[in-house]
Amino acid sequence: MSKGSVTTPSKSAKSVRPRVSKVTKSAAKRLSGADDADDLCGVTRETARRAYRTMLEARLLEEKLAALYRSGKIVGGVFLGRGQEALSVALGVQLRRGDIYAPLIRDQAGRLAFGDTILDTLRTYLGSSLGSMRGRDGNIHRGRPSEGYHAMISHLGAMVSTVCGGLLARRFRGESGVVGATCIGEGGTSTGSFHEGMNMAAVEKLPLVVVVANNQFSYSTPNDRQFACSDLMARASGYGVAGRRAVGNDLIDCLRVIGRAVSAARSGGGPQLVVADLLRLVGHGEHDDASYIPESLKESELGRDCLPLARESLLQKGWLDAGEAEAWRALVAAEVEETASKVLREPAPDPSDEDWNAFAVLGREEGR
Amino acid sequence: MSSITYLEAIRLAQRKALADNPRVFLYGQDIGNFGGAFKATKSLAKEFPGRVLDSPISEDAMVGMAIGAAVEGMRPIVEMQFADFSTCGFNQIVNQAATLHYRTGTPCPIVVRLPSGGTPGSGPFHSQSMEALYAHYPGLVVMTPATVEDAYSMLLEAVALDDPVIFCEHKFLYYHLKADRLPDEALPFGKARIARPGRDATVATHAAMLHESLAAAEELASDGYDIEVVDLRTVRPLDTDTILASVARTGRLLAVGEAWPWGGVTAEVVARVAAEGFGLLDAPPQRLNAKETPVPYHPALWGTHRPTAGTIAAALRDLLEL
Repeated sequence: MSKGSVTTPSKSAKSVRPRVSKVTKSAAKRLSGADDADDLCGVTRETARRAYRTMLEARLLEEKLAALYRSGKIVGGVFLGRGQEALSVALGVQLRRGDIYAPLIRDQAGRLAFGDTILDTLRTYLGSSLGSMRGRDGNIHRGRPSEGYHAMISHLGAMVSTVCGGLLARRFRGESGVVGATCIGEGGTSTGSFHEGMNMAAVEKLPLVVVVANNQFSYSTPNDRQFACSDLMARASGYGVAGRRAVGNDLIDCLRVIGRAVSAARSGGGPQLVVADLLRLVGHGEHDDASYIPESLKESELGRDCLPLARESLLQKGWLDAGEAEAWRALVAAEVEETASKVLREPAPDPSDEDWNAFAVLGREEGR
Repeated sequence: MSSITYLEAIRLAQRKALADNPRVFLYGQDIGNFGGAFKATKSLAKEFPGRVLDSPISEDAMVGMAIGAAVEGMRPIVEMQFADFSTCGFNQIVNQAATLHYRTGTPCPIVVRLPSGGTPGSGPFHSQSMEALYAHYPGLVVMTPATVEDAYSMLLEAVALDDPVIFCEHKFLYYHLKADRLPDEALPFGKARIARPGRDATVATHAAMLHESLAAAEELASDGYDIEVVDLRTVRPLDTDTILASVARTGRLLAVGEAWPWGGVTAEVVARVAAEGFGLLDAPPQRLNAKETPVPYHPALWGTHRPTAGTIAAALRDLLEL
């Protein structure tokens, strides 16, 4: 576990009294990238580079999604993970093929790391008939459940037990070494579904990793209107599961802590609850200006953007050079632009081609 | 075989499903060594070690668990201790199980068993008939077996089906409905059954109300009326063709349901017959349902709250005079 302790934040932010981990000296040291080599706990150069590259993809892709939304090309909503990419990607890269993953709304980075693509993200947001959701569902509600990539429903907490079911099925089949993981915000931990799912995972001792992004606001609701405990991680002991804390905007710390959680779950350590404090650097959706987030909080350690922090950290370790980082950015930006242009020309779903049937085996008339 | 109850048929169907298919497992409260609140899983945990699992009291997570397992190719059967408690798992059933295939193309072959309907003394929270609620959602199959044979064969059918099935088994029928043997064959899925042929009026009904309706038909037979009784068997899909064919023979329809009338199965039956078989009718289609209060506790109140052979017979007499 990292060393962040739970205390009240700076006085200037007391109007919303967010419950966050004060960034300690050791955490600040990590943020500056000055880790001891032996403090990396299995986080390799390759993993960190892949994670950073994927964060970059998520960031640039989401900036494009926001632009498409503002220009009226995307209907409904756009929900971004800006500021949460380090935590999100850490889970995605620490999972492997054959694992089960149920991301939530701010997990573009984790999704890409788990195998989702820029192409399918754009297709789903733009409603292309060629996307995995075929215009039947959109934006962050996408996945390929039969491949272990669950498609979230909007009802928070619901995916915890669904992942448990996948893991139980693997157990029935005699497969070991599989991990299931899902993500949620601090607001989602208030739901009955979350509680039922955590308790069930603990009872069955399932290899489940649940990552809680405590971004201080559930839509607009600050933490002091969301829960009264001083530390969400304390809930881990209530469920009888392992609890771990990560510094949410520190890529290396997220990789390290989540890497340990995934590894513990994989080797029979039972469910793992990871809690990370961070700040969402955008609104709940692109329709929301997030005016309820105080400037003081944005200017605090919590509000530091994980993407440049990760870049600095990798540069200082010698795992990345500045030229390479710029080249990556240019490549990713080009890929996002090219893919968006392509998807914008793809066919929209045609209502006359739609079978309008919700059943798997019954026909539309048969199922009436 | 000596006499088999409706409840035993459900137990034996689960036993056969477990024996025939290694992907089947049972999940629910107290269903393991205890054998379930109604003993619908008696001795199954012993016979199939590790495949009949006690769950925490977490209806939402129970269904979520089943969905996740079904996605991975398992065939879970979830037991709700009482249908009434399925409201705590409602979200997973209607928003996750019912939408999964349409959204993602991945089927969700789960069975959720709902011990349904009223029995004397069970009161507002252990008596409800939930079939209309679930039938409302596209993507869910809702079965309401009324006989021992159907309880057995339809549960096996539910397990084999790739769509999520809400299996509304009626508690009032658990013990006193008996059959000599279990069927080897069943009617095709989704087909209603003419439980009693007749020519003067059609009663369309399901579950425990089938037996009240048959008794009412018997009562009217002594007055010289020949009542046809249609057992819907599944309410989603609803076998409109069989209902319309019956109304074509009789010209009169009474839809009978144990649940409340508003937006319910009887409303759907009447709406379809009015819209699709208006010309077949010699009289306005009628329906009879429970009174519109929560299901009362005392047997005297409960016995009046639900339709009975007596009130169904009275409603039929009114219909025949229209």
